[in-house]
Amino acid sequence: MVLQKRLMLASAALAIAAGTGGAYAQDVTLTIESWRNDDLTIWQQTLIPAFEAAHPGIRVQFNPSAPTEYNAALNAKLEAGSAGDIITCRPFDASLALYQDGYLADLSDLEGIANFSDVAKSAWSTDDGAQTFCVPMASVIHGFIYNADAFAELGLEEPTTTEEFFAVLDAIEADGTYIPLAIGSVDQWESASMGYHNIGPAYWAGEEGRQALIAGEAKFTDEEWVEPLRVLARWGEYAGDGYQAQTYPDSQNLFTLGRAAIFPAGSWEIALFEEQADFALGAFPPPVPAEGDTCYISDHTDIGIGMNANTANPEAARTFLNWVASSEFASLYSNALPGFFALSSEPVTLDNPLANEFVSWRETCESTIRPTYQILSRGTPNLENENWLHASNVLSGAETPEDAAAAIQSGLESWYTPGMFAD
Amino acid sequence: MAVDAEPVQRRARRWHIAVFLAPAVLVYTAIMIIPLFSTLFQSLFNTVGGQRTFVGLANFMVLFGDPRWAASFWNALWNNTWFFIIHMLVQNPIGVVLAAILSNPSLRLRGFYRTAIFIPTILSFVIVGFVWKLILSPLWGIAPNMLDAIGLRSLFAPWLGQEGAALTTLALVSVWQFVGIPMMLIYAALLSIPDEVIEAAEMDGLTGFSQFFKIQLPLILPTIGIISILTFVGNFNAFDLIYVSQGAQAGPNFSTDLLGTLLYRTFFGFQLQQGDINMGSTIATMMFLIILVGVSIYLFAIQTRLRRYQF
Repeated sequence: MVLQKRLMLASAALAIAAGTGGAYAQDVTLTIESWRNDDLTIWQQTLIPAFEAAHPGIRVQFNPSAPTEYNAALNAKLEAGSAGDIITCRPFDASLALYQDGYLADLSDLEGIANFSDVAKSAWSTDDGAQTFCVPMASVIHGFIYNADAFAELGLEEPTTTEEFFAVLDAIEADGTYIPLAIGSVDQWESASMGYHNIGPAYWAGEEGRQALIAGEAKFTDEEWVEPLRVLARWGEYAGDGYQAQTYPDSQNLFTLGRAAIFPAGSWEIALFEEQADFALGAFPPPVPAEGDTCYISDHTDIGIGMNANTANPEAARTFLNWVASSEFASLYSNALPGFFALSSEPVTLDNPLANEFVSWRETCESTIRPTYQILSRGTPNLENENWLHASNVLSGAETPEDAAAAIQSGLESWYTPGMFAD
Repeated sequence: MAVDAEPVQRRARRWHIAVFLAPAVLVYTAIMIIPLFSTLFQSLFNTVGGQRTFVGLANFMVLFGDPRWAASFWNALWNNTWFFIIHMLVQNPIGVVLAAILSNPSLRLRGFYRTAIFIPTILSFVIVGFVWKLILSPLWGIAPNMLDAIGLRSLFAPWLGQEGAALTTLALVSVWQFVGIPMMLIYAALLSIPDEVIEAAEMDGLTGFSQFFKIQLPLILPTIGIISILTFVGNFNAFDLIYVSQGAQAGPNFSTDLLGTLLYRTFFGFQLQQGDINMGSTIATMMFLIILVGVSIYLFAIQTRLRRYQF
């Protein structure tokens, strides 16, 4: 009876609040600028109601635009002073430029920022890491998704070392039912993001290697950077017939149709694969060079969220950003979008088992981001594009790993000197 | 009276000419001439220390002096030239042959062939690129199966993924798409040859091939000249087909990179690469100059020497 009464009181209060919400003068509306129009329903149905329930007096509006137009549209709105209070941040240089131009507020002192690791913050911090201007929101994790039914049928185990990985590929090839690896070289980025940058961190020791590259202490021609290219070159034998002309959608279809056994993946594939594949899926992290080595994953920061420096409601905006930094948001968001993982250091449990598998690697492996994204892609030739090009050349067999590494390194050296961006 | 009328006539300005020309001149100036000259102008500037500064020909010196820029530019220019050579050697001769066959009055279903061959021309590049990618796909394409059916499976290769074959393959796809244009133009030219000329030739004993080479071909040469220049301009502006089928990185290993894709990557940027308006304009200016020189050679050296016949 007591409970019932409380419920009635609560619903009456809610009805009044809903009916008169607009009338309260202290009600603040925050507008979010974003390029994720795919996420509109998730924001409107899950995230915003959860936030508004916990923070009466603040209303939130999600206002996305098309991904390809976002940067230009946002810049125009910021210049005209008509941009929303909350800004979704692209990683690295695009957002850094907004911060330097005074459009994004410094959030280093936001309490919630403490919930994030330095790797997570690196995409939205100044080069020296002193100031952070966006709350890290989501990342994608790289690894391998495999056809678990095929593995069971062939009696295979998830490989943990590179050696075991190739043993598994040999076994699948010997059986002949499946193409061992679903990867093609023609789309180039597949070779770099799903290949080189996926398996590489285990060799160059993740962040350590990435930082050394920025500091000029490591080179692409060093052994730990060439070796993953050699491994990538061996993948060619296990890819399907004509993989030199196989596109990324081809690879996806080969795998979901059950023709290929292992897919070098990014976690964003999870939702699509679960929908399309009619076999059980499993996932394993990038194999380590030798038994007992630390494993490293490419946990690539992709989306952040920050505050318009000229917002009229800085207090409400900070409240909202603190909520985004909380584990409540992390679990709501990661569950609504399996494959996009909130970056908060607090552990989250996900309902999706495959997504859970991916995110569990954060506990056992060291996280890093793609080595080309921070600082090193500011010049011409662009390091990320060079990585695409030469990784795909190596995979297709058009170039030796050593030549590819030398070409990447000389391209970088032609414009980059360590410390050139520090002032 | 005549004396009175004369000053009036002199004062009468023919305003209607300006009025009638104005819409076309204004629109053309606004959307063609101003952008063209501002692009040419932009290639003389660069950002130095955050300021837009006049740098003279420095951008051109970078484009030709810097080994990386020069390598990409010459690579794109050579690819573009090869793209053009394939069109000239394959598309235009096939167009002439098709037109000659179509103009044969004894051929049945002429309307059907004419339409069928012309249809790809009106398709979007996106559709053509996508369809051919599917046809040539080593995984799902029909090309490997068709070759298999005639026992030539061993000839099939993943052409679009091979450095040596990709550009020629795409050039042939483009030929497939556009062969209808030279065919139609030459067909029209062949139809305009009066029957008396042909009959006179027959009276003189010229038939079949020798009739075509001695009578019809000389009469359609001006049309072939126009087609060549259209092909030249179209090829050196080409971009869409490469972008659709190989992406802006024009792989594998830049083997399909044309001036258009190089311009796109430079001007608008790509992935993490920031767009560079000034270097982009420099490349655009070079494209403009290359096409200008090509068209001028045609206009002044070739077209003036072509003999025309009036009937």
